[in-house]
Amino acid sequence: MKYVDEFRDPQKAHKLLAWIRKRSTRTVRLMEFCGGHTHAIFKFGLRQLLPPTVSLLSGPGCPVCVTASSDLDRVIAIAHLPEVIMATFGDMMRVPGSKGTLQRAKAQGADVRMVYSSLDALSIARANSDRALVFLGIGFETTAPTVAATILQAQAEGLDNFSVLSLHKLTPPATQAILDAGEVKLSGIIGPGHVTTIIGADSWGFLPRDYGLPCAIAGFESLDILKAIYALVDMIERGVPGVSNAYGRAVNAKGNRVALRVMHQVFQTGVAEWRGLGSVPASGLSLRDEYAAFDASRRFPVRVAPSQEPKGCRCGEVLRGIITPPECPLFARVCTPARPIGPCMVSGEGACAAYLQYGEV
Amino acid sequence: MSQEAILLAHGSGGKLTHDLIRDVFVRHLTNPVLDVQDDAAVWALPSSPETRLALSTDSYVVQPIFFPGGDIGKLAVCGTINDLAMVGAKPLHLTAGFILEEGLPLADLERIVASMAQTADQAGVKIVAGDTKVVDRGSADQIFINTAGIGIVLQGVDISGANARPGDVVILNGPIGMHGLAIMSQREGLSFSFPLHSDCAPLNGLVAAMLRADGRIHCLRDPTRGGLATTINELAAQSQVGIKLEETAIPIPESVRAGCELLGLDPLYVANEGKLVAIVPPEAELPLLAAMRSHPYGQEATTIGRVTSAHPGRVVLHTTLGANRILGMLTGAQLPRIC
Repeated sequence: MKYVDEFRDPQKAHKLLAWIRKRSTRTVRLMEFCGGHTHAIFKFGLRQLLPPTVSLLSGPGCPVCVTASSDLDRVIAIAHLPEVIMATFGDMMRVPGSKGTLQRAKAQGADVRMVYSSLDALSIARANSDRALVFLGIGFETTAPTVAATILQAQAEGLDNFSVLSLHKLTPPATQAILDAGEVKLSGIIGPGHVTTIIGADSWGFLPRDYGLPCAIAGFESLDILKAIYALVDMIERGVPGVSNAYGRAVNAKGNRVALRVMHQVFQTGVAEWRGLGSVPASGLSLRDEYAAFDASRRFPVRVAPSQEPKGCRCGEVLRGIITPPECPLFARVCTPARPIGPCMVSGEGACAAYLQYGEV
Repeated sequence: MSQEAILLAHGSGGKLTHDLIRDVFVRHLTNPVLDVQDDAAVWALPSSPETRLALSTDSYVVQPIFFPGGDIGKLAVCGTINDLAMVGAKPLHLTAGFILEEGLPLADLERIVASMAQTADQAGVKIVAGDTKVVDRGSADQIFINTAGIGIVLQGVDISGANARPGDVVILNGPIGMHGLAIMSQREGLSFSFPLHSDCAPLNGLVAAMLRADGRIHCLRDPTRGGLATTINELAAQSQVGIKLEETAIPIPESVRAGCELLGLDPLYVANEGKLVAIVPPEAELPLLAAMRSHPYGQEATTIGRVTSAHPGRVVLHTTLGANRILGMLTGAQLPRIC
């Protein structure tokens, strides 16, 4: 397949692995921020092929996983309102809140529909003018601009039955929160490829500047990831931390200005609740007052009981990189992809799901 | 089960489906014929123990009801024929039950029934009994079809999901993922520069050709819902053996790979309706591959892996990069209602 196969070439991968083996003299712990990377790393089996000096740690980059239980409880309460059609990406269907999932709400009669894009949600709104369509806005900087554009489109069409429940989050503040907490010692960060396509590689300049940590932006094919790991190992060995762009075919220094402009036009940043990280300042996106009519949190101000985290679930520590999934006592015994207890077992990008689905042998 | 409700994922063919079958259906209905849990039930006639019959049933709720390469009627006939063929039976007669939603255009129904007749004819089976129910608008989605089929198992044939032995080879009759992707692309309004149509086909002719070439087939199964990965996992679990697949050996069409990349799906979990997996002793590999390749539905047949005594019950994928990883069962619903 053109534009994919050339980035999965096994011979080139083995050449990069040989370079990494040769260059790496000291032990390094690298965190892949992004859940997409975690899955790709497991899917290609990269961890087995890296030298023992290089260990990889999963980070909080799974939008479904970091959605707080309290937010999820609110989502489920809104989904149960009789006039509401809730449209969501598939992963969110199965994430457990304090009580149940959207999937269960759907089985109980709530009108929950799975969509591939916020524009699909717009089509559902058009076709159901007597109902209120609420799109569940989950995701990082990658998703937020399209959702912003969808809101502008709804406004242009005068679709007053469309609204968005924005739980969008920003990645650099979360990375900062993990580093500031100081619970986990890292030697470098594999930067999120899709997010950085939007925000630009310069957005990660604070890592070498403020924390002395190298960062390499990676794509999602085997060669992309290996190239980023080589760049990190090389910067560490040289003792010169910087930001290296190993995903040059998609990422530039400044990012996608059009996407950023649309995102900032519709959304404002504010404090957000992260599962595992708690309240992180300036890490969430909510709708600006000018777009209040499209803000589901203002249109449907539901009240929910204080939320509870699933008993025994250690997703929070997994998301902060403090423990690996198998260190959680529930992992694979009580918590499985078929009956997930915590969100990291649910999502296509969750670390627990990756460890279990692709477990190494 | 208690307060739990049925979720869509219970119908996805993955782990939840298996749990449901075990915890509800098999628990209540248990008997020696059912408990074998192959694609079709097989039992010997009390009056002539050398004559063994096979029986299978399946319901079809696919949306859209017409798709590139087939329709719900063709699917309903092929599905039951294939379930019978997967225990090595020669399918004889089918029944068809229709649940029709008020408002279904009669022309659509005719088109579907004509397609069923054509498929049955091609496969050499007859549809000999039927039933029709009409329900209120909204109580069904256009048309649901149930088919059941009866077949006869020839003497000396012993095919079961429990028969895989270490050292056996795993053969696939052709490229995977086409049915699921054809349905998905139709549903999502996607079009690819490569032709993408369902592989829906009756496999009894292919199985008959295989049995003629070499009767030593241990297991046969059609990787429908849940895809190849789920089927291989079922066979590993049922036979209590390990299975190791070679990622590079699994044929996946360009269009399926591209579509899966776009939709975020793994082709190994995408449904097929004209594919079969055969697990056979190594000495039968070459004669069977030759027989398959000379049949229209097996031209691209190839060996994709081996049965091992290591890691019983688990499937390991040897990746293109040379690493080994677990290939798990599908959990949750990757593609709702595709067959």
